[in-house]
Formats: sequence, C-alpha cells, structure tokens
Amino acid sequence: MQVFAGLSQERIVFGLALLLCILFAVALPGFLTADNILNLVRSVSILGILGVAMGLVVIGRGIDLSLVSLMAVSVAWTLSLIGRDMPLAEALAIGLVFSLFIGAVNGWLVGYVEVPAIFATLAMGTLVYGFGRYFLFDLDVVYMPDSALQILWLGQGKLFGIPVPIFVFAVVCLVGYLFLRYARSGRYLRAIGDNLLAARVAGVPARPIIVLQYVLSSLIGYIAGIVTAGSVASMNTRLAISTYVYDVILVVVLGGIGLSGGKGNIRNVIVGTLLIGVLLNGMTIMDIQYTVQNVIKGIILLTAIMIDTILNPRDEQTAQQGDI
Amino acid sequence: MKLIKTSIIAAALTLSTGVAVAQEGIDDPTRAPYYESFIGKKVAYVPVAMGFDLTEGWAAGLKEALEPLGVTFDIRDPNWSTDAGAQAITSLISEKPDVIVVHNPDVQSYARLLKKAEEAGIYVVQVNMRSSYSTDVFVGADYVGMGEKIGQRLVDVCSPANGGSGKVAITQGVLTAAASIYQMQGISNVLSKHPEIQLVSNQAADWDATKAKNIAATVIQQNPDLCAITGFWDVMDVGTAAAIKESGKNVYLLTQGGGNRMACDGLANGTYSEVVVYFVPGQARDMATMIKQLLQLKQPAGTTKTTLFTPLTFLTKDNMTPASCWDLPAKK
Repeated sequence: MQVFAGLSQERIVFGLALLLCILFAVALPGFLTADNILNLVRSVSILGILGVAMGLVVIGRGIDLSLVSLMAVSVAWTLSLIGRDMPLAEALAIGLVFSLFIGAVNGWLVGYVEVPAIFATLAMGTLVYGFGRYFLFDLDVVYMPDSALQILWLGQGKLFGIPVPIFVFAVVCLVGYLFLRYARSGRYLRAIGDNLLAARVAGVPARPIIVLQYVLSSLIGYIAGIVTAGSVASMNTRLAISTYVYDVILVVVLGGIGLSGGKGNIRNVIVGTLLIGVLLNGMTIMDIQYTVQNVIKGIILLTAIMIDTILNPRDEQTAQQGDI
Repeated sequence: MKLIKTSIIAAALTLSTGVAVAQEGIDDPTRAPYYESFIGKKVAYVPVAMGFDLTEGWAAGLKEALEPLGVTFDIRDPNWSTDAGAQAITSLISEKPDVIVVHNPDVQSYARLLKKAEEAGIYVVQVNMRSSYSTDVFVGADYVGMGEKIGQRLVDVCSPANGGSGKVAITQGVLTAAASIYQMQGISNVLSKHPEIQLVSNQAADWDATKAKNIAATVIQQNPDLCAITGFWDVMDVGTAAAIKESGKNVYLLTQGGGNRMACDGLANGTYSEVVVYFVPGQARDMATMIKQLLQLKQPAGTTKTTLFTPLTFLTKDNMTPASCWDLPAKK
C-alpha cells in the first residue's frame, strides 16, 4: 500500500481512463484514430462544461441541483422567443438575464437565508421547470428556428478541423482555472469551501461570494445550454427531470473534487469527463446493450470511488463536517 | 275506368301527404338516442406526458370530437413518471369516468390496473403503445408490421445488389416500450432472411436527441461506409440527423412519427430521408369513433376487444404534399 500512498483520486481516475484507452486501442480497431478521439471529446464536452459549473460550486462547499433544469428552461425560452420573431441578440440576452437572476436567487437563499444548498437548489430546479413548462413554452422539445442558425455553429461547426464545442469546453476550463488561481474572489471561494467560519473571521465577504458562486454556475450552465441547442438544433426540456444532473455531479466527484468543499481544481473535472467519455465511446463502438452499459458504468465508477476511499481515508476534518 | 280514377286520386293523396310531411320534416329516429347517450359522460386521458406532438395531437382531436356532444374530457398528465401515471389510473378507477384513454409507457406497468378499470365498468381505450393486457379498444400502429416494412426498406435501400454497403444501424427509444419491442421483432423478421444486411449497431437513446447524436456520430466514425440509420422517433432523430450532417457522409435516415409539420419540414430541408407516419389526427378520430360506439352500445366494459391499426404512410421529399402533415392547434 505504501507505494500507492499519495495517489490522489484524480490520478487514479486518470490512470483508469488511460488503461481503458489502451485496452480499447488494442481491442477495437478504429478507436485510436484522430477522428474518433475528437468525436469522443466532442460528445462529452457539454457534460464537461456543466462539470466546471458544478465543480466551482462544489469547491465552495455547495451544490447546484438546479443547474440542468435552469439550463434547459432558459435556453428553451430563448429558442421559443426567437421562434416568435424576436431578434437573436435580444432573445439571448433575455435568456441569459433570466438564468443569472435565478442563479442569484439560489445564492441569496444559500448565502443569506442560509437554506442548505442541496434543498434550496433542488426546490429551485423543480420550480424553474414547472414555471417554464407552464408559462414560457408549450412543448417538451423546443426546436431551433431558422433565424437562429448562428447558434448552430457553436454546436455543429468546426474550427481548424476541430469541433467548436471542444473549444468552448477548453475556454470555459481555462477561464475557470484562471478564476480559481488568480482572481481574488476565486481564492475566497476556495477559502469558504475549506472553512466558512475561519474565512469569515479572516475578513472574507462570505455571503456575496456564495451568491457569486451560484451566478457563475448559472452563467456557465447557460453557455452549455446554448451549445446543446446548437448541437441538436433543439432543446429537450425533459432533461430537467432526467438524471442528467447526477451525471454532472458524478463527473465532478469522480474527478476528485470532494463534496466536503475546498478541494480540487478544474483539472479534476477534465479527468472525470474524459473517463466517462472513453467509457461511453468504447461501449458504443462495441455495441453493448444500453442497460448493460449502465451496469458497467456503475461498476467502474464505484471501483474508482472505492479505491480512493481505501487509499485516502476520511480525515478528522471531513469526519466532522460530513461530505455535503 | 273507375279503377284508374281511384288509383289516380289515391296517388295524388299520397303525394300531397308526402309533400305535407316533407314540409314539416320527419324526425330522424336515431338522433335523440345518439345525443342522449353522450350527455354527462366523462372521458379521462392518461398519456405518458403532455407537451409533445403525439399526445397533444390526440388530446386536441378527442376534445374536438367529444366536447361538442356534452362529454367532459379530462387530462391527467403524469409527465413521464410511470408512478404518477399508475396513481392517476388508480384514482380514476374510484372516480369512475365512463372511458379511460391510456397511452402506455411500457407493456407491463399498467396491465393490472387496466384490468381493474375494466372490471370496475370503465371502458379502456389504449393508444399507440399497447399494454400486455388487451382492453376494449386499441388504436395505433401495427408495430410488428411497421418493423417489417422498415426492415424491407432497409433491404431495398442498402442491399449490395442495389448498390448499398449493406451496413445499417438502429437507434431505439426506451428498450421496454411497446414501440421498440414489437418493431425490433418486425425488423429482425426481415433482416434474418437477408444475411447481406449487416446490423452494425443497435442502441437505445432514451428518446433524447443528444444521446442519439452521440451514438450516431460514433457509429458513423466506426463504419464510414454506413448505408442507413433507422431511428424510432423523429423528435429524437433530429440528433441523428445532426451527426450525419456533421460527418459529411451520405447516410440514409429513415425515421418515424405522428406526422407533425416538423416531419415534413425535416423532409423538405433534408434532415430526414424518409419518415414513416402514423397520422395522429386519424388516430384521434378512430379513438373518438370507438368511444362513441362503446357509449351507444352500452355493453359491459371488456365485452369486446377491437384493434384498429393505423394505416402507415412512407413519406419522402418526392411524395409528400402540404396535407401530408398536420399542425398543432395553437394553445390558448
């Protein structure tokens, strides 16, 4: 065991992803081609963008269960506004403001009213979906109107032969990294996640930073939503009531951002996303049946988390604070 | 002579009476009982969810046909939750409407409840997705037959004899849905007789466009000479179409749906190559007709079992007309 000590979950998961990659590369002709790798990353880039949003919140010792719901509703509203002949820019602005507003309300509930994040955002997700479904659009799936074709480029276009969603993912990751590393509020966010009381005593404006955290996640969520809409020329609002948000949390936790907050970086999100991407791609190539895919996915995820728990046991601080 | 005179008078008399009656009008003897049999009746509708073309189209059609007759039409929307749907049917059984129209999420979940409803004296009409328990009426596509026809189309389009590569892929919705199970049966029936057709991928995408896109992208990547993909729902296959378009390959996309306007738009702009349509307004009319019959015959629920398979149309860019597709009524 000594040899493995110091292996963080991030490295374990990265190792697993590499191992799977090598396995697939040997066993599946056509896996290790440039086109397939691009396709693999493209297919998980939206998941990765959402992972960055969730990661930022979790590092600040919160959680945003309304992320996917808010993304679906705000983008669906944008599309339906465009469908009613509103100019593209105006509709995009309205959707974005709606998204940021709900994010701010989330932050206010968690930071000022002091509702536990898990309950505040769970309720907000349901509220937003219900509100959108009743007031903002009529159908579950809102199609991209012809006048919004510019958005299509974000989801389907290519730049230097590389699909645009990958660039969006990369930019979001880069900005997230710079924010956490260099921005003062980024460092405050980590401090709050590590120890809220100590941070407050040290003079960190804790409540505004918590609001910022949820506003950021709603902003990144909106970007992910626009890319999704561009990618399939429609927005499926059923995502809001699917288990997609748990996939996002999985990517974050799998990559090694502890739910107890303060730990982790954007790198962890990338690693978690890649493992999921490799798994899904390989299993689709092998034409494994969907239900069996879920079983395999579950087993691999549990294995990664188990190895981490054995190698990095809970310390006193996590024991006191609990995981969420 | 006298005889002739008498008959002329008789004829004249009959004629004039006839004229007199025609002026007052005679009452159609079936009219009153027809209308009476609908007054105060209740029809409840439990789709898998409102908010998409099929279920909205059926609801609109049923409403239009039944409400003017004085039938109350009540929608219980479980919004994709099988539990909520089962609960809705359970509470309907105790509320005792006259008819329940149900759209099954899968073949098992509601089977026992539908039996109970019939035993409680409620007529049960199933639409498009069948439960393993047969009730008074089923209106919907013959999915096995539809699968066979789709299989045949795949053979026609992709058989090496016709210049295709023989490689095809299938994107299902949810594996347990009646639409998927029966159709796969039909497709396998045909493909098993055609060894030259190779099924390179058979995956489920949960009726979601993003998943369908990722699957299609990977499959095309692995099989650059893929000839055709058949998807089980046009709304989901928007994603499949996006993957085909991005790959720049010429893959034949055969999809299916209720014939909403969007299907015709998709054919016109090249999103889909061919759409198998079960015409939703027609299905709504079939259901309404069967409900009217049940309410007039007044037999105990479950006495008769009727199946009405919806005629299928294979629409392509070339054979479609403006009337091939229908529009959703604007929501108030």
